[in-house]
Amino acid sequence: MFDLVWLIPLCPLIGSVINGLLGKKIKNETVIGGIAAGSVFASFMVACGILFQLLSLPGEERVIQKTIFTWIQSGTFKADIGFLIDPLSATMLMIVTGIGFLIHLYSIGYMHGEEGFYRYFCYLNLFTFSMLCLVSGNNLLLMFIGWEGVGLCSYLLIGYYFHKKSAGDAGKKAFVMNRVGDFGFLLGLFTLFYYLGTNHNVWTINFVELAKNADLLVPGAVVTTVCLCFFLGATGKSAQIPLYTWLPDAMEGPTPVSALIHAATMVTAGVYMIARMNFIFIKSPTALLVIACVGAATALFAATIGTAQNDIKRVLAYSTVSQLGYMFLAMGVGAFTAGVFHLMTHAFFKACLFLGSGSVIHGMHHALHHEHSEADPQDMRNMGGLRKKMPVTFWTFLFATIAIAGIPGLAGFFSKDEILWQAFANPHHHAVNYVLWGAGAIAAGLTAFYMFRLVFMTFFGQTRLSEKAFHHLHESPWVITVPLVCLAFLSIFGGYVGVPKVLSEFFTGGAFPNYFEHWLEPVFAYSTHYTEAHGAHGLHSVAMEWGLMGVSVLIACGGIALAFALYIVAPGFPEKFTSTFPALHRAVYNKWYVDEIYDFAFVNPCKALGNFLWKGFDVLVVDGIVNGVAAVVRGFSGILRYVQTGFVHNYAFTMVFGVALIVAVYIFR
Amino acid sequence: MNQLPLLSILTFTPLIGAILLLFVNKNSHGVLRTIAMAVTVVTFVLSLPLITGYNAPGSDIGGFQYLENIPWIAAGPFQMSYHLGIDGISLWLVILTTFIMPIAVLSTYTAVEEKVKEYMICLLLLEVGMIGTFISLDLFLFYIFWEIMLIPMYFMIGIWGGKNRIYAAVKFFIYTAVGSLLMLVALIVLYFKAGGGDFSILRFYQLHLDPTTQMWMFLAFALAFAIKVPMFPLHTWLPDAHTEAPTAGSVILAAVMLKCGTYGYVRFAMPLFPEANAQFTPLIATLSVIGIIYASLVAMVQQDVKKLVAYSSVAHLGFVMLGVYALNQQGVTGGMLQMLNHGVSTGALFLIVGFIYERRHTRLITDFGGLAKQMPVFATMFMIVTFSSIGLPGTNGFVGEFLVLLGSFESNLRWYAIIATSGVILSAVYMLWMFQRVMFGELKNPKNQTLKDLNAREVAIMLPLIFLIFFLGIYPRPIIDSMAPSIDKMIAQTKVQKQVAEAAVPAVPALPPGHMAVPEAGAAPAGMPAGHPAMPEAGAAPAGMPAGHPAIPANNEAK
Repeated sequence: MFDLVWLIPLCPLIGSVINGLLGKKIKNETVIGGIAAGSVFASFMVACGILFQLLSLPGEERVIQKTIFTWIQSGTFKADIGFLIDPLSATMLMIVTGIGFLIHLYSIGYMHGEEGFYRYFCYLNLFTFSMLCLVSGNNLLLMFIGWEGVGLCSYLLIGYYFHKKSAGDAGKKAFVMNRVGDFGFLLGLFTLFYYLGTNHNVWTINFVELAKNADLLVPGAVVTTVCLCFFLGATGKSAQIPLYTWLPDAMEGPTPVSALIHAATMVTAGVYMIARMNFIFIKSPTALLVIACVGAATALFAATIGTAQNDIKRVLAYSTVSQLGYMFLAMGVGAFTAGVFHLMTHAFFKACLFLGSGSVIHGMHHALHHEHSEADPQDMRNMGGLRKKMPVTFWTFLFATIAIAGIPGLAGFFSKDEILWQAFANPHHHAVNYVLWGAGAIAAGLTAFYMFRLVFMTFFGQTRLSEKAFHHLHESPWVITVPLVCLAFLSIFGGYVGVPKVLSEFFTGGAFPNYFEHWLEPVFAYSTHYTEAHGAHGLHSVAMEWGLMGVSVLIACGGIALAFALYIVAPGFPEKFTSTFPALHRAVYNKWYVDEIYDFAFVNPCKALGNFLWKGFDVLVVDGIVNGVAAVVRGFSGILRYVQTGFVHNYAFTMVFGVALIVAVYIFR
Repeated sequence: MNQLPLLSILTFTPLIGAILLLFVNKNSHGVLRTIAMAVTVVTFVLSLPLITGYNAPGSDIGGFQYLENIPWIAAGPFQMSYHLGIDGISLWLVILTTFIMPIAVLSTYTAVEEKVKEYMICLLLLEVGMIGTFISLDLFLFYIFWEIMLIPMYFMIGIWGGKNRIYAAVKFFIYTAVGSLLMLVALIVLYFKAGGGDFSILRFYQLHLDPTTQMWMFLAFALAFAIKVPMFPLHTWLPDAHTEAPTAGSVILAAVMLKCGTYGYVRFAMPLFPEANAQFTPLIATLSVIGIIYASLVAMVQQDVKKLVAYSSVAHLGFVMLGVYALNQQGVTGGMLQMLNHGVSTGALFLIVGFIYERRHTRLITDFGGLAKQMPVFATMFMIVTFSSIGLPGTNGFVGEFLVLLGSFESNLRWYAIIATSGVILSAVYMLWMFQRVMFGELKNPKNQTLKDLNAREVAIMLPLIFLIFFLGIYPRPIIDSMAPSIDKMIAQTKVQKQVAEAAVPAVPALPPGHMAVPEAGAAPAGMPAGHPAMPEAGAAPAGMPAGHPAIPANNEAK
């Protein structure tokens, strides 16, 4: 089965090429959608096969490489097109192909009747291909192909409705922001390659080789630089401070795209990258501290913005930024397993939420369309009471919301709580730990608040739609609801593969161990040993863990209660609040004006500089000199022209004059 | 080795075609076009055996092959020979030339309706000049071809150009003529320094000139080539020339002629004057990096699509120069690949601009918008080319750019590499912004609502380029592998000779005429630096090279 690993990325690529070249002729939506979804399903089957084969091997043998051909070789530099199969990449392959398949299926229904249906599936398949390259590549450069490839597809899919200026702008912004991150990625790669090569004569960018030589990486400025460069790459792709601003704008794309790319898969690439290279990051406490702080800050910051948005997708977008912050917090405190675990559970519930919101928008769009209303189908202020008309969407959405809010028993609780505990108890940052935990805990409360605000505004209360429109509102077709149900199921039960030890010991006496941690253990073994060997010990207090768990659950419940109070019990209160503190509301609603600050600080100066260099330097200085020389030459030639007039008497006169001059010189000398 | 003088046949096939065209009635445009097309296709086909034949088993791997050497002009002590040959470096530039020419000719079928005969003759003469430039091993012959190349281009801009064509043509001519004259002077000085004999660069490679001479001659050559590249701040002829030139002219100018400048560095300026080259490396690297950032910023604010592409050329060529000056295997390979990539991508971009210019007779970005809806095939191709120009992995642009940056990062140009890497952000900004304004948005302008998508001929023009964009991006190995040995030799020539020269400085202050400058008996008479005894010391000498440098082991293998 391992020999077939190349099929995993290849299938979607073939699907993409077929739809891209022939889609216009095929026209039949079922065939196009079938090819696209089928190709991803084929990958999913292969990925399942690989997962089971990997499970059958003993833990330490679960690293398999398959090289297809050498891509670039120049001097000491060599990059293969090759794949790495280990528990981490197998996990990612399962997430990408599994959720990818569900979203492809969903898209067939959601994109029904859209112009450029084939184009959409061509891009979506191409995205799946790139993402699979990213997570299964065995070297940094192949990862980088996927890394930029997903950026490209994200650009194409955000700008899918390209006739809208906002969509084009958002696509471009996403690509450029990502490029800033890619700049960091490249520098990290160069530094790492050069450092190992010149100091230790290890010229490699292969992950397995790098891991083998991890001992050669001596903690210090260089390793910290490498880590921070790579982390800059991660902030671009995974929408962290300071490069997060593209993600909310990316909601211009079709909703399934937001679910697949901007929630479940692509944006987690940065987390995956750090997990993949954990053996480097663990060597730099400084970099880990930066990552933890940026993660915690992003989690908190984005959550505050999420509380004031009215667009259903924007709330989810900021929620995604915030949840990604948790994952980076986990990475930064050395809790790699917890971070990847949250990546997985987040993929389940956030995909479910996005697809649910898509189902709502789909329904709203049709309802408003019947009424020829111009109202925004994504604005929650136009919704309300939808649960009666869209029960499947409502229930799946509700479960996913409970999961993300961190209510015990559902997937989000296990992963989020693990991260918060590790932030508190980790052996790396000591004094900062409390701050990290505090930020995470407050963000958890905000998360519960804005998510339930969303649910209450959308599904509960009296509808704000007109009667006619509400009458036309109905549940989405099965291609949409089946993926919702699958994902809701995973949001509920997906967390049980990684039950924290304290819970498992209390409830089952340890009979139900943390499978997920055990599964990923070999990937992070080096980091674990390294931390232990360097005498760093985290906090081990069962009582404390229980206590903090209780606190975080209480905070989450508090958030829900507040949302209930404000949006169900006293629906007029938020209005009153915003009119009491208009400046605060405006700042939050306008995303703390970060976009405006960036425009002011970077975009406008660049344009001004470009104009200055062009019109000031190129045209005035350089061309001025060139044209000046030409003018001088012309001027001189204008004078010298009189010497050579072509008239014989002029020449005769000159001759006589010359002779006279010479004679005069001789005489009067 | 080869019985057939393949290189001569290759060079003069277009000339025969041009002569043939003289006898065709100037009004039968169809015949003229067909002949020109046929000639360029034949030339391309003739050039293909070079790819497989080069580095054939038993040949001088990485050295000059397909040699032809005939004494040509012998005026007293002056001997100029007709000396041709290619190595892995020039091979691909020749192929690029012969490949791009049929595309350029095909693109003129509807674009040029006046003076078709003269136009086609210009194109074919241009091809003679370009191929000749890349394959000459005699400096004088090189100079002749270099000048031959200028004149047809001057006419193409001046006669078939846009509104401001005279200004652009004169500017182009003055800039390049200044460079050529400097080169001519330096060439003659070099000849006298070398003492009697021919103008073969193989002979000149063996010289060890004193540092002052090297410096002046390097400056003269470097300036001539820098104008051609063009390097900041000598680039201002390029936007004008590109904008005013007809499409085929722009394509050839970008795809091939600019490469003559960078090729000039790799073949002449660097290996002939190694010491001066080392001395000026920081300057050239600085100008390259300024060029990258500067041109990108200026490109960002252009209102004319063609001018934007022209400025992007300056930025791309900055990458080429940076890579070449890294002077290690990755850097030079990257620079060479980037030359080819730039030929393909920017050539394609100029064709694309030509397509919409032919339809709308404007190149202003603001006149467009929303074309993607009206011209889906065009949009797809434009997008592929755009991303190739940005250097997206999987396309050709990435491999070259990546190797350039990696190579310069490994050399002592590290800080330059870091700044240059930020160019990848800017290239995305200006290209995508332009693409968005031209292709996306609403189709507002009524004139754009009737635009026709690409026809079969235009698709046929683009397809080979699109194919190469992906081929070079996914499987660049054949090209890298065939270049590597020659690049090793070039690096060794530029570097090791420097070691020898340093050792020999007190010994040879002035050379008696007529003597070769390799007097050490220990050195092999072939004088090729690979495996030279100075080699191991080179690693130890603090020449600013990182230890364990890639060029050194690779070089030993090559011998």
